[in-house]
Amino acid sequence: MEIPAEKLRWMYTTLCRIRRFEETMLEQTFKGKSMGVTHSSDGQEAGPTGICAHLSDSDWISSTHRGHGHCIAKGLDAKRMMAEIYGKATGQCKGKGGSMHIADFKKGMLGANAIVGAGIPLAVGAALTAKYRGTDSVGVAFFGDGANGQGVLHESMNLASVWKLPVVFACENNHYAEATPVEYAVAVNDIADRAQSYNMPGVIVDGMDVFAVYDAAGEAIARARRGEGPSLLELKTYRYHGHYHADEPHKYRSQEEEASWHARDALKTFEQKVTEQQLMTEEELAGIRAEIDQEMIDAVDFAETSPMPDPEELYSDVYVSYSNPLQGLR
Amino acid sequence: MATAQAPTKWSSQPLGPGFDVPGRVTTYREVFNQTIRDELNRDPDVFIMGEDIAGGAGRTDEDGNPLDAWGGPFAATKGLIQDFGPERIRDTPISEAGFLGAAVGAALTGTRPIVDLMYFDFVAVAFDQLLSNASKSRYMFGGQTKVPITMFARSGGGTGHAAQHSSNFYSILAHLPGLKVVVPSDAYTVKGLFAAAIRDDDPVIVCNHKKLINLSGFVPDESYTIDIGKGRLLREGGDVTLVGMSWTSEVCKNAGEQLAAEGIDAEVVDLLSVSPLDEEIFLDSVAKTNRIVIVDEDTPRASMSSEVSAVVAEKAFDYLDAPIKRVTGPHTPVPYNRGLESAYIPDEAAVIGTTKALLGAV
Repeated sequence: MEIPAEKLRWMYTTLCRIRRFEETMLEQTFKGKSMGVTHSSDGQEAGPTGICAHLSDSDWISSTHRGHGHCIAKGLDAKRMMAEIYGKATGQCKGKGGSMHIADFKKGMLGANAIVGAGIPLAVGAALTAKYRGTDSVGVAFFGDGANGQGVLHESMNLASVWKLPVVFACENNHYAEATPVEYAVAVNDIADRAQSYNMPGVIVDGMDVFAVYDAAGEAIARARRGEGPSLLELKTYRYHGHYHADEPHKYRSQEEEASWHARDALKTFEQKVTEQQLMTEEELAGIRAEIDQEMIDAVDFAETSPMPDPEELYSDVYVSYSNPLQGLR
Repeated sequence: MATAQAPTKWSSQPLGPGFDVPGRVTTYREVFNQTIRDELNRDPDVFIMGEDIAGGAGRTDEDGNPLDAWGGPFAATKGLIQDFGPERIRDTPISEAGFLGAAVGAALTGTRPIVDLMYFDFVAVAFDQLLSNASKSRYMFGGQTKVPITMFARSGGGTGHAAQHSSNFYSILAHLPGLKVVVPSDAYTVKGLFAAAIRDDDPVIVCNHKKLINLSGFVPDESYTIDIGKGRLLREGGDVTLVGMSWTSEVCKNAGEQLAAEGIDAEVVDLLSVSPLDEEIFLDSVAKTNRIVIVDEDTPRASMSSEVSAVVAEKAFDYLDAPIKRVTGPHTPVPYNRGLESAYIPDEAAVIGTTKALLGAV
């Protein structure tokens, strides 16, 4: 698939922004700056980048506890994301959601979701709104290999298929559900095969190669926009860090295995292809990396200098309206 | 058109239209169906989904119209698919978590779905979507969004549906911040509360007790809503406060009349909502009567009856002349055998016996 120069630049910027955001976030977490639990998605950058390259603000995505990459690819602001992880008032959710609940409804981002599988039907519902309203918007449900054990995934795939909804089910198979290997917990070798059960296309994709993702997602999203129903993409990928910030993954996976995936690194793969094919120069790529490095310095600075939420924020945003809100309940 | 029952000074005040307006006597079932129609006509963003809400989905009748084989469990949605079509009257597979989750996603993206969960017990099948997405999205996303969905389900025993189709655990739902829970008690209140729920911007669940569905009552023709979180007095009295909700409001009303015949003047409070909870109405009543009996068909442990008890103990302790009393189902599932089931459900005799004992009148 021919990719315009501007889109290529966007792709590399997004890949770098996800990578550096996760690295920066982890550095700050280990300095004790984050307020809570975080799950890094570095290593998995190609999936959200290649998929969201086809989406606009009027398309919707649902996400997971490992959602920073999805947020960035959908256009969320790194400063407000970092501030959210710091628990600050300027955060994307006023410091009330944290890393696992970053959302931006103006950008079509339905929120990171910390219950494995629970975000999937939300993307189906967004697609239902699109069908009900007659728009060409699509819903993309990001989920991991771990969600394959959840009933709601199967209910959602069946529902989207019988209602012929414009949904893309994007399974990021990073090979571990927390510390449990996929071959132990999932009864099929390729999760993409499960699409057959729901009468939809199922495609195995190299989830470390943004161009492969871009091509496969382009077809699935075009099919959805044409009103031909949902698809399942299985992106074979790898998370470089542990399940959460304090996890030590070498307790359950080998250094050889890790090295084999690092050899297929999404950023390196991109750099190699675009320079070999003379689509971008080394200087351009270095320029983007420098921009992103500065952006992360600015994001940390923004988060550190932002105010804490007002104590009254504890009580707001529970309801749109609730009669007698005090009633001794606070 | 049937004549309105004579208005009384205590009927449904202060809940808007009194009974001196045009209306008719109709069943809870019919007014429920009509309210869905009215709201579908009022707002094109409203649609409804659930299992067999038409029935025979995708098939047509002899005239080529969409088939309405069931019209929904208890015929609540009878005839709707023929008038509104399958996009707005959407039959679902048996996938409560999947379709409730999809409804939440649809609500987050700008529509206003109504979800029929059939039996109240099936709330449990979809509970994660209710707990983690419907009720928390607004808060955890910092007020960026809202979840205007309306859920409804049939609750309660008394119809031989046994343990897995007779639950009343609205206390579990009232426990969830972000969710509203209403418990209408007759045809008049279901019209106002259901319409209010559909127009509300927060997620609301409407509990329809199965024993109320075939009962009739006077319903004004005009469109009206009842404020979610407001109870009503079904009877004024000075000797004791009886608090009911859903079916037990009917029980308390009947018990109040029988007690009056014996010279005991009970005030009957109908909660109508359990979250928000109208504390003022029963605290004011206790301040007057100094005695309270809370009647709930749900089990007693960590329930609405314990919640009302706690509020009275905290805020009206000095007014009490006697211990707070509760009449509830026992801490058991609902049994199948009709004799055992009758023993499970609080009835007028139990309310009257407890009230008389509390007043030292036995």
